[in-house]
Amino acid sequence: MENEKLTSPGYEIPGELKNVVEITTLDRIYNWGRRSSVWPLMFGLACCAIEMIAAQAARYDMARFGMEVMRPTPRQADMMLVSGTVTKKMVPLIVRLYNQMPEPKYVVAMGACASGGGPFKEGYNVVAGIDKFLPVDVYIPGCPPTPQALIAGMIKLQEKIDKQSLSKVRWYDKKKEDSVYVPVPVLGPDLMDPRRFAEIKAAAAAKEG
Amino acid sequence: MATPTPTATLDLAACFPGAVSADARPGYKGWIIEKDKLVEVATAIRDELGYDHLTAVTGVDYLPEGKMEVVYNAFKTTGGPVLTFKVQVPRIDPVEVPSVTSVWPGAEFQEREAWDLMGIKFTNHPDLRRILMWEGFEGHPLRKDWKEAFYEEDAKPFKSRWPEGRHVMAEERSPFKDNITFPKDFDPEKWVPEGEEALYGALAKYQTEEDGLKTDHIVINMGPQHPSTHGVFRVALTVDGETIVSLKPVMGYLHRNHDKIGERNTFLQNMPFTDRLDYFNSMSNNFGYAVAVEKLMNIQVSERAEYIRVIMAELSRIQNHLVFIGMLGNDLGMMYTPALYAFEERELVLDIFEAASGSRMMCNYFRFGGVVRDLPEGVLQKINDLVFERLPGKVDELDRMLTENEVFISRMKGVKVIDAENAIRYSITGPVLRAAGVPYDIRRADPYSVYDRFDFDVAVRQNGDLMDNYLIRLDEVRQSLRILQQAVKQIPAGPVMPGKPQYQVRVPAGESYGRVESPKGELGYYVVSNGKPNPWRYHVRPPSFVNITALEQMCIGVKIADFIAILGVIDIVLGELDR
Amino acid sequence: MYGKGIFKGLSVTLNRFWTTYTEDIRWLFSGKKRYFNEDGVKARAGKDTKGIFTVQYPEERLIIPEEFRYVPFLVYDEGADGRKEVRCTSCGICSKVCPPQCIWIVRTNDPNTGRPVPQPAEFYIDADICMNCGFCAEYCPFDAIKMDHDFEIASYDRNVFNLDKLLKPAAYYESIRPLNAARENEARKAKEAAKAAKAEAA
Repeated sequence: MENEKLTSPGYEIPGELKNVVEITTLDRIYNWGRRSSVWPLMFGLACCAIEMIAAQAARYDMARFGMEVMRPTPRQADMMLVSGTVTKKMVPLIVRLYNQMPEPKYVVAMGACASGGGPFKEGYNVVAGIDKFLPVDVYIPGCPPTPQALIAGMIKLQEKIDKQSLSKVRWYDKKKEDSVYVPVPVLGPDLMDPRRFAEIKAAAAAKEG
Repeated sequence: MATPTPTATLDLAACFPGAVSADARPGYKGWIIEKDKLVEVATAIRDELGYDHLTAVTGVDYLPEGKMEVVYNAFKTTGGPVLTFKVQVPRIDPVEVPSVTSVWPGAEFQEREAWDLMGIKFTNHPDLRRILMWEGFEGHPLRKDWKEAFYEEDAKPFKSRWPEGRHVMAEERSPFKDNITFPKDFDPEKWVPEGEEALYGALAKYQTEEDGLKTDHIVINMGPQHPSTHGVFRVALTVDGETIVSLKPVMGYLHRNHDKIGERNTFLQNMPFTDRLDYFNSMSNNFGYAVAVEKLMNIQVSERAEYIRVIMAELSRIQNHLVFIGMLGNDLGMMYTPALYAFEERELVLDIFEAASGSRMMCNYFRFGGVVRDLPEGVLQKINDLVFERLPGKVDELDRMLTENEVFISRMKGVKVIDAENAIRYSITGPVLRAAGVPYDIRRADPYSVYDRFDFDVAVRQNGDLMDNYLIRLDEVRQSLRILQQAVKQIPAGPVMPGKPQYQVRVPAGESYGRVESPKGELGYYVVSNGKPNPWRYHVRPPSFVNITALEQMCIGVKIADFIAILGVIDIVLGELDR
Repeated sequence: MYGKGIFKGLSVTLNRFWTTYTEDIRWLFSGKKRYFNEDGVKARAGKDTKGIFTVQYPEERLIIPEEFRYVPFLVYDEGADGRKEVRCTSCGICSKVCPPQCIWIVRTNDPNTGRPVPQPAEFYIDADICMNCGFCAEYCPFDAIKMDHDFEIASYDRNVFNLDKLLKPAAYYESIRPLNAARENEARKAKEAAKAAKAEAA
């Protein structure tokens, strides 16, 4: 992979120093460090979680990407791998976990269910994709994605991290809130998104009887 | 245990005149019991007729007839066919049926589920709360007149897909407009989430004063985000120090509405959905569903397909138990090594599934009457290599690595999971029941497919502690290998599907309960057909869900750390626990 | 003796540890390549695999079996003048049999007569609903929709595939499923021959 090379082109390094000195940009080394140690949240929802474990196991070995340190606590995690069907009963907890993660944080929707509801989309207890609540960085289709497909998605995420620039990222921007806060949905008669309260209220008021 | 000979047909109506009548609807079997006499008759069925094992309880909503029905399937732990009995009540709220938990405590969670999803109130139930949905949820979703937000039509295929099928995202239609479930003038901002009070209220309290020192209970929540609950499973427990005083499991965090979606699907379309129940063993899930529907359709499975089915089901049992052993290691703090070794062998088994069916985990390999395709070239040889050369040695290696380990033994030995008597009362099936000393295996007790042709022993252990629960998995893997070795040798040539594969199957009206011995216990499917392409009722009786009924019974008085291990040996998988 | 069992267990892990070296050395001396080589990958997935089990995706890949299925795609034949002859006749069987109903098809209507033309005007598969069950490919009577082997389709957006993205040439299909394609081609030829014979007889 070309991204493995730290040296940023544009500067001529004298021949005798070629093996000793590397010239790079701050962005590059910063991103290189971050993308080589993306710690996922130890968080399995459904079938895809088993493929996620399989990807951690001997044959696929995500440790080769610095992603083997599964953290059970969101406070130490960089990436949330939403691996499975997001149900209405579970989504407030997922949003709360996301809010607890420190920046920089990434969300990967693994599999059809997390991306767009999947085969269970029509169900009464199923959320049509985690992107209704959280900003998703990479979508990995498949039901379930094989471990290799998952790793392909992780490489896609690394590419995304590589493209980020220190001067533009939201967590160093003083003008912006330093973290994305997503209002936690409420379990009412059905799942209620606080951002849509007005809509619910209007619909309830318009109801006959 | 010998296969029991079918007993003479039992006439319940003659035994209980006035209280029981035969179910005379075409395609239906069993007995209809008067609502008021249910507990009385049920006690007699258990004590006098010997049906000590009530496995499946479910409701059926007969909307056109204006009736609700509760269906019970009881078995003898000595083996034999099913005894189905039902209670019918008019479909006018409140729909009330007496609870049978006093006779079979194992019905507790299944009755709670029927209340949650069907709105059938079980009088005298000890703890009738919602179980899969949350408290405060509006309506009972499995009722036929209840519609969800993205509801399109009663039955698939949907008309909007063809010939004028422009893609629309269902979620873009406002979920609040069509089938609004909010009461008039509802104000979301004033809504107070309820439910947790009921949960904590159900927990037993604990307070003591010893030597003038007051001790009080602490309530702990484990999960749903917890590394050792095997998924999104939650328990609320009260503890005295580290000892568990009371415990209530909370589930439904992965409730994916299999039953509701299954009733909208055609019979065939349910097949890939069954894959996702117990996602470790999609082959066994396919098997159970195929058995149930084939019973209803009354068709013969081709000979070669039967052998392929057995081979696949046993291979999936092996990989399930290997992963179980590895994960048990994780639960006990032996991090990763056993799990990594187990996953290596699992990969090799999954390679076979992938080559035969096309997918590692979601195999979707079975069809009514056979399997989708014959084993591709070289796959049988691969299976042969695995079951004769590789797996026996690898199982011995795991055995060598763990079984005599003193730390492992001192952690496992003597920590009681459940005894035989309670295991039967609580409808527990599978390895947990057999580890408690009950030699009950559906492959022997009520043989299906071609299992009666193989020579194997029902693995059984006597103590019912953690160690036995671990050892019985090793025993079962070895027995499965025995079955496989015979099956691979005996497999006949021939077609794997009788006739041409068809996507529209004709299923005559009636009901059937098909069950198989899945690696986790009895996996049953209760299917009701009314002659249409879609099932009227499709219910899954998942082993994990019913086995977890006794969790409180198992865990009172044990330490929290042992609770993790006990939960581990029940071997729950959330996909089928919550469905 | 207390501790004997622990040592017995540790000997297993130690043995495994050494094997990773001995196995590499054995391959080194045999002159074959164990890594970044198809034979090596095959051996690592075989019954006698020992030592390092890892397949270092993406540099090396597991051998995908022919029946492997991921998301579906549509097959087209290359016409004489490079036109895409889509095999799909928009009969709608795939969209009817699809369990999660993730296939949307718009049938082409003849602008003059208004009668349906056997060709899809629009074809969508929502890959984020698709459950990869393979029913569409199994029951398609025209061998027009098939399950893909390409799993590297992660993206930064929702995956709704339209006709452009779904169409792939028949040559590609033959390359990923040679046995199936050969069988189907034969069956199709036999069918056409039977049809021609029938027409001749009439």
